[in-house]
Amino acid sequence: MSDLGAGTVYTETVVWSPPEAYVNDVPYQLAIVQLESGRRITGRIAGDRAQIGDRVIFAEFRNQVPFFRKA
Amino acid sequence: MRPVAVVGIGKTAFGALPDRDLRSLAVEAGQNALENAHAKTSQVEAFYLGNFAGPSFVGQNHLAPYVAAGMGITGIPATRFEAACASSGAAFFHAVSAVGAGIYDVVLVTGVEKMTSQSTPRVAEILAGAGDLCGEVRAGATFPALFAMIARRHMYQYGTTREHLAAVAVKNHQNGAKNPLAHMRKVITMEQALNGKLIAEPLTVYDCSLVSDGAAAVLIAPLDRASEFTDKPARVLGIAQTSDNVALDEKEDITTFRAVRTSAEKAYKMEGLKPADIQFAEVHDCFTIAEIVAIEDLGFVEKGQGGPYTLAGRTCLQGERPINTSGGLKSKGHPVGATGVGQICDVVQQLRGEAGERQVQRHTIGLAQNLGGSGATSVVTILGAV
Repeated sequence: MSDLGAGTVYTETVVWSPPEAYVNDVPYQLAIVQLESGRRITGRIAGDRAQIGDRVIFAEFRNQVPFFRKA
Repeated sequence: MRPVAVVGIGKTAFGALPDRDLRSLAVEAGQNALENAHAKTSQVEAFYLGNFAGPSFVGQNHLAPYVAAGMGITGIPATRFEAACASSGAAFFHAVSAVGAGIYDVVLVTGVEKMTSQSTPRVAEILAGAGDLCGEVRAGATFPALFAMIARRHMYQYGTTREHLAAVAVKNHQNGAKNPLAHMRKVITMEQALNGKLIAEPLTVYDCSLVSDGAAAVLIAPLDRASEFTDKPARVLGIAQTSDNVALDEKEDITTFRAVRTSAEKAYKMEGLKPADIQFAEVHDCFTIAEIVAIEDLGFVEKGQGGPYTLAGRTCLQGERPINTSGGLKSKGHPVGATGVGQICDVVQQLRGEAGERQVQRHTIGLAQNLGGSGATSVVTILGAV
């Protein structure tokens, strides 16, 4: 899978009540990232919490889920 | 399309009903609607069933003939409609279309969901099946999380606040406390609503609708035959169903539901109505932010003004345009497949002047708005007293 590059947070939430598959991950931050390539993608924010408008950089895919970090 | 009327309504109580199975709920609602219309099962020419996830929640498939046979009805078309939380709104839309086109005269439309036999994480997972499993859901989105992201963006773009969201919950619980069929018949304070347990930031448990069991049904017929069934028919003045992208990240602007706007425009246009003509409405408050977005997209207020309008009390029972006098999904409950038809029942009850202590003063034209997923299906219905 490719490097998604950088982007900005379009919206985000921190999930406290998870689906069955992610009960061990809570709380986790989910975000829709506006990529510099133009498209939006839903992924996770690793590390420090990010807010709308924050610049983030693609870190890695884990189980096909893109993870980003605050720039 | 020839004029169509709702001639009978029937509901079960909504709630956690451990002793009831899916079929018994659907049968009870259907029988109540037939009884309300003084109709016999032999008069029903087609059966339309709205149900989102019976196969996942209770394992039962082939639901429409199963429910119909439970009422003693066989030998007619019996079909299930699935459109997430707009399943029975979609069933109603297609039933009205068929009667309007002259294919049938008398059609029974029922919505049902049996949800409470599963654990909360499992319910979240089943409901998430209405989202994009290959994208947002795989990343960890639940429906509260998707609407939390809508809320965050609405706050960012329009200055909507936590108080605005909480005002929706407080108002809907005030109404639901007066509804004998509501799931959670209790008043909540602004303080409680603001300090509830976090589900997906900024939404707390008080921003989320309830996981409920329940069913609702309506009998419809051509308007010119309505007097055979009732002296208080409700005419369908406008109805439309439209679709949009399923995934939230594929929508251009998540602070608006494009399908709600397009379905509302079509429904208004059928009889040349305007948003200002709508005296009261049942809207799809699966989350508090959804009610705010809905009243904006239906044209009741300018974009971004849904929160302040609600906080100012304009949508309460005594306000200029009462919204969710039933208590909404928030307090009445949200057995997802039953919700769309349940809203129709609630609007008809108001049009007939039978809403008791929740009765609104002006009740000749009302609207119901039923949303599927995070806005991929919308059904808008406008009903008028005859």
